[in-house]
Amino acid sequence: MAQTQSGAEGLRSLPALLQRNATKFANRPAYREKEFGIWQCWTWAETEKEIEALALGFINLGVKEGDFIAIIGRNRPYMYWSMVAAQSVGAVPVPLYQDAVAEEMSYVLGHCGARFVIAGDQEQVDKVIEIQDRLPNLEHVIYLDPRGLRKYDHTRLHQYSHIQNQGRAAHDELIGELKRRREALDYDSTCVMLYTSGTTGKPKGVVLSNRNVIESAKNSAEFDNLTEEENILSYLPMAWVGDFIFSIGQAYWCGFCVNCPESPDTMMIDLREIGPTYFFAPPRVFETQLTNVMIRMEDAGALKYALFHHFMDFAKGGAGEKYGMPRRKRSVLTLKRRLVRAWRYAMGVGFAIETLIENAIRLFFYKLRYGKEARAHFKARDPLGLMLYPEPLRSYFKYRMGEVLIYGPLKDTLGFGRIRVAYTAGEAIGPEIFEFFRSLGINLKQLYGQTEATVFITVQPDGEVRADTVGVPAPDVEIRIDESGEIYYRSPGVFVEYFKNPESTASTKDAEGWVATGDAGFFEEGSGHLRIIDRAKDVGKLADGRMFAPKFVENKLKFYPDILEAVLFGNRRDFCVAFINIDLTAVGNWAERNNIAYASYQELAGHPQVLDTIQKHVEEVNESVAQDSMLSGCQIHRFVVLHKELDADDGELTRTRKVRRRIIEEKYADIIDALYDGSSKVSTETEVTYEDGRKGSIRATLEIRDARVVQDPKRMAAE
Amino acid sequence: MLDASGDGYITEDGRKIGGVVMEMRNITLRFGGVVAIKNISFDIREGEIRAIIGPNGAGKSSMLNVISGFYVPQEGEVWFRGEKRPPMKPYEVARQGIARTFQNIALFEGMSVLDNVMTGRLTHMKTGLMAQAIWKGKAEEEETANREVVEKIIDFLEIQHIRKTPVSRLPYGLKKRVELARALAAEPKLLLLDEPMAGMNVEEKEDMSRFILDVNDEFGTTIALIEHDMGVVMDLSDRVVVMDYGKKIGDGTPDEVRNNQEVIDAYLGVAHD
Repeated sequence: MAQTQSGAEGLRSLPALLQRNATKFANRPAYREKEFGIWQCWTWAETEKEIEALALGFINLGVKEGDFIAIIGRNRPYMYWSMVAAQSVGAVPVPLYQDAVAEEMSYVLGHCGARFVIAGDQEQVDKVIEIQDRLPNLEHVIYLDPRGLRKYDHTRLHQYSHIQNQGRAAHDELIGELKRRREALDYDSTCVMLYTSGTTGKPKGVVLSNRNVIESAKNSAEFDNLTEEENILSYLPMAWVGDFIFSIGQAYWCGFCVNCPESPDTMMIDLREIGPTYFFAPPRVFETQLTNVMIRMEDAGALKYALFHHFMDFAKGGAGEKYGMPRRKRSVLTLKRRLVRAWRYAMGVGFAIETLIENAIRLFFYKLRYGKEARAHFKARDPLGLMLYPEPLRSYFKYRMGEVLIYGPLKDTLGFGRIRVAYTAGEAIGPEIFEFFRSLGINLKQLYGQTEATVFITVQPDGEVRADTVGVPAPDVEIRIDESGEIYYRSPGVFVEYFKNPESTASTKDAEGWVATGDAGFFEEGSGHLRIIDRAKDVGKLADGRMFAPKFVENKLKFYPDILEAVLFGNRRDFCVAFINIDLTAVGNWAERNNIAYASYQELAGHPQVLDTIQKHVEEVNESVAQDSMLSGCQIHRFVVLHKELDADDGELTRTRKVRRRIIEEKYADIIDALYDGSSKVSTETEVTYEDGRKGSIRATLEIRDARVVQDPKRMAAE
Repeated sequence: MLDASGDGYITEDGRKIGGVVMEMRNITLRFGGVVAIKNISFDIREGEIRAIIGPNGAGKSSMLNVISGFYVPQEGEVWFRGEKRPPMKPYEVARQGIARTFQNIALFEGMSVLDNVMTGRLTHMKTGLMAQAIWKGKAEEEETANREVVEKIIDFLEIQHIRKTPVSRLPYGLKKRVELARALAAEPKLLLLDEPMAGMNVEEKEDMSRFILDVNDEFGTTIALIEHDMGVVMDLSDRVVVMDYGKKIGDGTPDEVRNNQEVIDAYLGVAHD
């Protein structure tokens, strides 16, 4: 089997993979980071030297086998190196969310008892210093960016480069120890510990072994033909399992290049400069990009506007799926690929010219026939159509033309010009968003995964991609669904345990290795694709016994660009009500266009015209929900547009931006009561936490609206 | 280092301030019959943050213009690094290592942020017009070296994301930051800031204050600034000069100035009887 095979090659740990890459791909790029305006590059051979120096520095500093090293900072090559350096010396890296406030950090650092912290900059160091009294185990803090830290007390504080220098200086005496520790790593030793964001309660530390990480990386890399030629952009939080698998697991297994953006603000510019071939993003990123494109198209000239909409409508009609998808199995452009590409481009240009000539000739004859009304008659027929050719040739040529005029330039602007495989996961993606990117010829697919599974549970294979399912079981993954509808899986990626939490481990993972996902879903007849309904524990019942699945409705709402977040309530109640957050970018842009003045988020959210628009959306959703016989009870009877954005700093969302239902229910109990008691207004005061941890409060009077609901014909008949 | 006469002092937060860098001796500046500055003397020491405050029309900006060589005072002497400074053109002053920002932003609106900041390196460029036009050898090397310095400053002030954006498209707060970047690009010994925080909101002020402190800390630049926001001035500066109607009415640490009766009168007003 594959497992034993990779074991036999001696590739049982990430440091071992690093050694292999340093010889096999010695001169290929391993990491790039934009700094001082230039992409700085490290080859695998250089990377190995850097990591070795750091690992030696760790031993020199007193890191022991089994220690925990917390890593807090934005995505930078240095931070990734420190993870592998920690593994090399037998320690366990624990990446943390960098935007976590000191309080949250203190729990995680205390729970794993980290002796060492590697912090990105002054901000992170300050947070650690703030909570260090509560962390008896903490011994040393290593920082990367020395800016502003010169005057700090340096008895327990060290600069990253100094640690590396000390490591290099002590090379001869410590290298033996490093080799011994590196060789002691086996397939079942701990690779990394990742804290789940925890939609309920305290975060749990998920322990993943080398087997979990390497097997998952290997299977998924083979699934998508990933090779050393890929380029990815690492911008997702390092504490998230997805980033660990993509930027470390798969990168080390395949030997491809990890690119880090210059700063979080420049992510979109850097994306375009790098042009990744393999990309991963939560739906939110695609959503933002689509919103931006649409907003900017509104400002475009008439010709561009018309061309864009003409070709987008055409591509969405299925032509994109048929003619646009990249067919190549490798990301690198061979001579043959280049020729095909040039040929297609030439065809696109050719047919653009051909269409112009064709239209000119046609207009000439129209003029002969209709005289002055020629233009009106001409416009009545599709003026861009290639009328001379029969289907499917016509569509093919038209798509090639669109590729030259619209799809290609747009993909290039978005930074998706070279994408061969792109994934989205974490939340459901809006069908329109999904369709938009796919019709451009971007192979965007969905996957379903968890930290506990080392990401992969199901994935969509090329050619079987749909917006409403999450695909078939990933390689080596077995799935079963129990009577209540909850999904269970078993795979080589199944986590070892929750750290210091045997009860939770036992309740999640049974003796045979089956893990409960906590999600309810079913396999679709025929296609064998998995469909997710909702979190199993969130699925409830209304007072009259009808099914209540909040996410189903919330997702439908969130697909409107105006709505950023929605929370549905109704479990054990008579009817459903909803909280809605508007999207400031989209609604703000709309307000600007319509000369609606607003001074703040709160004011815009309470504007009667905004409420009208949202009400229209809600009523449309109600109609669509009513179609589903099982869930027709989830229609929204009353709703309120919240006066503040739900925020992770206030604990309302997780760091991965999932809604924390219970906390919201408690915090806004007054608004929920008002929604159910029939009043038309509610005054409330809410506590908010600013980014630096200070607290404040905002007061607001919110208008509650009633939405029209569609009566269930069956129920009406029964009554 | 710059001056032999000074003994210096230690600030509250433990920074070591060196000797006198710039000394103004009995400066008087008139515009026709209007006396903008009346017989003012004060000094700026190496490594310190020196604030000049005062109500509107007190003569603060005129004072800054005297330091930067834009105005030549009718009476009095300007001593820089232990030497009496003869009347100079502003570019000569810039070559001596004095850079400034303006109250009303004075950037090249049509140029990108990067190009704007590069202009700050002009005093460090030695190749001539022809060499620059031909762009080979020395001119190219020089530009590369200058670009490196500029990129460090862009990184320092966290404006990477707008590197290539034309300045006219930027919001006010960022323009101010770009102006600071341009002044820093000259690698000045003495940095003059004319109301760096005017018209900013609290968050932008906090950011700007942090940058000013970081500049002082990281590059050891001596800073003289004019500011209206008392909170900012008292937090940032090591010593403060207070002016009113062209006269100096106070000079000392923020605490001393705060308790100075004349200063209180000037700011709160006093009954004339």
